[in-house]
Amino acid sequence: MKELLSGNEAIARGAYECGVRFAAGYPGTPSTEIMEAFATYKGVYAEWAPNEKVAMEVGIGAALAGARAMVVMKHVGVNVAADPLFTVSYTGISGALVVVSADDPSLHSSQNEQDNRNYAKFMKIPMLEPSDSQEAKEFIKLAFEISERFDTPVFLRSTTRVSHSKSVVTLEAPKTMEDRTAIRFDAEKYVMVPMNARKRRVEVEKRMRLLEAFAESFPENRMEINDPEVGIITAGMPYHYAKDVFPNYSYMKLGMVHPLPVGLIREFASRVRKLYALEELDPFIEEQVRALGIEVTGKAIFPYTSEFDPGIVERAIIGHDKILRTLPERQLPLRPPNLCPGCPHRGLFYVLGRLKVFISGDIGCYTLAFMKPLEGLHSCICMGASIGMAHGMSKALGEKGRGKVVGVIGDSTFLHSGITPLLNMAYNHSDALIVICDNLTTAMTGMQEHPATGFTLQGEKTMGVDLAKLVRALGIKSVRLVDPYDLKKTRTVLKEELAKPGPSVVISRRACVLFKREKLSPGKPLRIDPEKCTGCMLCLGLGCPPIAWKKLVDPSGDQKKEGKKQQGIAVIDLNICSGCGLCQQLCKSGAIVEQM
Amino acid sequence: MDTKGILIAGVGGQGILLASDILCRVMMAADLDVKKSEVHGMAQRGGCVTSHVRYGQKVYSPIARKNDVDILVSFEKMDTLRYLDFLKPEGTIIINTEELYPPAVNLGDAVYPEDIIESVRQLFGIVKVVDATGLAVRAGNIRAVNTVLLGTLSSCLPLPLELWETVLRNAFSPKLLEANLKAFQLGRAV
Repeated sequence: MKELLSGNEAIARGAYECGVRFAAGYPGTPSTEIMEAFATYKGVYAEWAPNEKVAMEVGIGAALAGARAMVVMKHVGVNVAADPLFTVSYTGISGALVVVSADDPSLHSSQNEQDNRNYAKFMKIPMLEPSDSQEAKEFIKLAFEISERFDTPVFLRSTTRVSHSKSVVTLEAPKTMEDRTAIRFDAEKYVMVPMNARKRRVEVEKRMRLLEAFAESFPENRMEINDPEVGIITAGMPYHYAKDVFPNYSYMKLGMVHPLPVGLIREFASRVRKLYALEELDPFIEEQVRALGIEVTGKAIFPYTSEFDPGIVERAIIGHDKILRTLPERQLPLRPPNLCPGCPHRGLFYVLGRLKVFISGDIGCYTLAFMKPLEGLHSCICMGASIGMAHGMSKALGEKGRGKVVGVIGDSTFLHSGITPLLNMAYNHSDALIVICDNLTTAMTGMQEHPATGFTLQGEKTMGVDLAKLVRALGIKSVRLVDPYDLKKTRTVLKEELAKPGPSVVISRRACVLFKREKLSPGKPLRIDPEKCTGCMLCLGLGCPPIAWKKLVDPSGDQKKEGKKQQGIAVIDLNICSGCGLCQQLCKSGAIVEQM
Repeated sequence: MDTKGILIAGVGGQGILLASDILCRVMMAADLDVKKSEVHGMAQRGGCVTSHVRYGQKVYSPIARKNDVDILVSFEKMDTLRYLDFLKPEGTIIINTEELYPPAVNLGDAVYPEDIIESVRQLFGIVKVVDATGLAVRAGNIRAVNTVLLGTLSSCLPLPLELWETVLRNAFSPKLLEANLKAFQLGRAV
């Protein structure tokens, strides 16, 4: 049977077909749909862990028990999971362990575009890289076979373009695997104290030599000899970009990007006259090919940054696009992403942005609040960084920073990696204020469950941690709750907590406006009474998508504000207004009213 | 058959991804190889959304290069202008007349261009202008804008109508099907 699947859906399907029944992960674009799709298959166990490190350790435990375990995360998630990964490379596993790393060239939805192929080399872990959905389904199976055969964790690397493109996939019946789980004792292999780890370190190098030999005969490292004039070594999606524009060139298509098949590469290089290494981001293949003493062209012509497309490949190799004609250039107003109409973050960040304090931000929808007109967020580095950074800044500023430093973090992000830095704040007498933007879900990636939502990934009811109690248990004495739809109360509480010495936490709680389970329909769409609107533009300060400014063509002489002629009025698009009422709270002339 | 390309573009929330999914399923039903590509995530929060669909006997890249798209289906009037350079000179453009103002226009810092359709007509021979929102309302569901535009697209492709109808029947719940079939027909008749 044929089905149209995204790369992510195909990875989940492939895992299911080859008998994988255990997976753990943490949501993150572009990886999220892998776990969501896998969780729907019959007879599987799938969980969201609070963060990638925990997911990794859960996977390692399952693999040590003999299971085939899949662990899924975005590229920066591997940074969080790196600690256990570096060492599980030494121990190996009893069952099978595959780590899916979904990289994000072009930073479509990430804070950096790190190339995780480097981790494969750094950790001495083999890595496969599919180029489309059919390969994604097949390669995850191969990854599990390699993991079992060589007693090693294996990486499967995807990129946003592979994960989120859809193509035709041939489905197969799922295999049922015999249950190989059991408690097995092998302390010498699994207790990584120096005396054991030194021995395992040697095993890692033996394994790498075996894998290097295996790479030479791995059928997914394949040569396509056509025109011997030009040969391209490539992997992943760039293979398709090149085939699209240069179908007649010769190709060395690598299914395994670490370790590289050195013999095959030498042979390929000897059979073509001009050799290219085509890869997005780092010159990972290129440098290794050059180290073999082979002349190769790569980053001299292909960009280091951002994902490629067929046009970039064409331009780099033949020096120009297939430009048939040039169209007149026009400057168009941009469409930056924005907080949704009715987003609970809008009220909170409207207030925060006007307090003249430094706001140390974190990863989530609310990061968008850095933009005009809210300007309520001043830094964002990685998951959980807001709290430690706010504390550090507050300590460094001393008296100057009193009441001037705030950290903001979402509920899911707080549970991911905000707990330990908050404990640190209590422990080290911090003076900063932390605001937890609790919208009751992991909104940014599309409403995933977490340990405070009361549900598991597979929809089971479970405990939901009480954030206020958790924060108190960490040693924070001053904990307040606000509704960010109430601007006045939110402002008052934030000011009071900023004025207090010592660390405090404000939980700003209201469900994400897109979160269907909470069914919070805030109100009826609002409209602006043009007779009452004075054109003061206060409501525009919210940056709310339905509120627009209409210039008056002929400003009437009798409408005056502070002696100036009124220039225009605000209008609300009733089709997208959620009726949250924030603008109504700001309007001093009572011009914002319910639809008639 | 060489690989052909269709680019569907607009603003997050307009049903672009569902439209391109349906288009791919029609191509599959016609026994063609097909790939599509779009980027999820930040783009959904009111940002630009594009979906490339490429089809033929054997498709490599899921995204097209400049000057290589056969049909541009633009769900938002001004956004048509962002993607013109993807089109082949002889390409077809389908434009929805709906205007969605970006924040800079809402704040009065930028002006929404007024000469969009005229300037597109000066550059391309085949331009179909569709009041998709109006037709969706006529069909009985204002959300069916994407199905209206698929209908118009179907009139530009040499594929049997039955294929489209079979795929549409599988794509919508019985509650939504009637309005969507109507929307498709109204779009096809443009």
